[in-house]
Amino acid sequence: MTQQTTPDISLEGLTIGYGETVVVRGIDAVLPGGKISVILGGSGCGKSTLLKHILRLHPALAGRIVIGGHDMAKLDRRGMHCLRQRMGVLFQDGALLGSLTLGDNVALPLREHTRLSEKDVRERVLAKLGLVGLADFHDYFPNELSGGMRKRAGLARAMVMDPPLLFCDEPTSGLDPVTAAELDQLLLELKRRSDMTLVVVSHDLDSMRTIADHVLVLGDGRVLFQGGLAELEATQDEYLRRFLDRQALARTTPRLTMPPLDFKLMKRDCSGYLDEQQS
Amino acid sequence: MTQERRAQLSPIAQLGDAALRLVGDTGAMFLFLLESFGRIFRSWGQFPKTVRQIYFIGVKSISVITLISLFTGMVIGLQMYYALAKFGADGFLGAAVSLSLVRELGPVLTAIMITGRAGSSMTAEIGVMRISEQVDALRVMDINPIGYLVSPKLAASIICFPILTAFFDLVGIVGGYLTGVLLLGGNSGVYWYRVSAYLKMNDISGGFIKSLVFGVVVCTVCCYMGYYTHTRRDAVGPEGVSQATTAGVVTSCVLILLADYVLTSLLF
Repeated sequence: MTQQTTPDISLEGLTIGYGETVVVRGIDAVLPGGKISVILGGSGCGKSTLLKHILRLHPALAGRIVIGGHDMAKLDRRGMHCLRQRMGVLFQDGALLGSLTLGDNVALPLREHTRLSEKDVRERVLAKLGLVGLADFHDYFPNELSGGMRKRAGLARAMVMDPPLLFCDEPTSGLDPVTAAELDQLLLELKRRSDMTLVVVSHDLDSMRTIADHVLVLGDGRVLFQGGLAELEATQDEYLRRFLDRQALARTTPRLTMPPLDFKLMKRDCSGYLDEQQS
Repeated sequence: MTQERRAQLSPIAQLGDAALRLVGDTGAMFLFLLESFGRIFRSWGQFPKTVRQIYFIGVKSISVITLISLFTGMVIGLQMYYALAKFGADGFLGAAVSLSLVRELGPVLTAIMITGRAGSSMTAEIGVMRISEQVDALRVMDINPIGYLVSPKLAASIICFPILTAFFDLVGIVGGYLTGVLLLGGNSGVYWYRVSAYLKMNDISGGFIKSLVFGVVVCTVCCYMGYYTHTRRDAVGPEGVSQATTAGVVTSCVLILLADYVLTSLLF
């Protein structure tokens, strides 16, 4: 396989889904190399499904996925082996192995695919954990950490082999605004330093506005938009405007008429008991 | 095929559908076994993982195996003594206890006990990893999930099942001695003499082969059920893991008894 440092990802007539269920049909898009592409869309529109298809965790129902000039469907086992060693993936919940400590989780690809000494592995792991602010949590198990910390550790693991391709599934969801902003800066820094191709699945508009060079918007079972961030911001498409502009969304969304609330739905009324406890 | 489509099928077609799935699953399970066996010897990295699994499957099962084997031996000793004494053959108690344990009960009960203790946790562990994307994470890190998760368990099962079976047999024979000799007053020397005189190498090797086969069956079935939790039609998510665990244990127990019959008729 030729060593293209910043591979493009081309999706050609791609239809994705599970079994007989089609999630998104007819995707024709290029996620440019050396840039941050954000796949945007509402919940359940198929963003994560698209990512899993790009990673060949699920077979495409139709069409092709071409990474760095290589058709994913035509790659044999060795080809996939070569390609996957050039990818880093952050899953939605981190997907850390529960039986390993954070350090061992991050070290796993190094121990499996390199001949580095344990000392070098540890140094590298600590450096990557340091990048995401978790160097002091090297010996913790994933269940001892918060969801946000697990996600950051997942990012450290995805970066540990310095892959030219980095995929992140909702990296900022569930993080506080400060940590989310730090993570955005980290992704920007990664792109600046290593000319990496990053594909980020997100519905966080602030994050998208900070990091995106290229945006792909999914919705209604198809691609609604693809292009640069400025182009997206200037769009007059009603759906996209509603998606991008929360204030416009609040203005145009009809007010919900709610039925009166009933606080006495419980089988037993405990309010008397609580008053008794207070006195 | 969707649930609605299956519901529309006639009973005969449903039977055919079930038969096709059974054949498909059997074939897939066999390929799964071949791949996991082939990956045992891939690298030295498998060795520490296998040692951890030996500790989990083997060492941690010793207490429960001791308890079950002791009481099994004691019950056999008690029952056999009364039965044999009726014909004045109570001196053959040692032979009866040792042969029934070494040839049949030892391998079968050990396998069933390990299925309950370790097999269920193999299914649950791999099933939880599957639904929480940990298996997908291994795949994208270019780490073969079968080699990483299943092969060390298979290697550990192949090592642990025969050793635990031998341990079961030994403790069971001592259990028979406790009731037959110490409690009911049988002759101690005769008991041990009959054990050594009637127990042939063929019986021991037969029990050994059975335990090896049971180890492979239990590990393959339980890991397979966990690995393919996400493809289950009856339930998804955590409920799917619990259904897979139940299916793994039940299928393993049925296959143990089935394989026991086949092996007994072939080996002895």
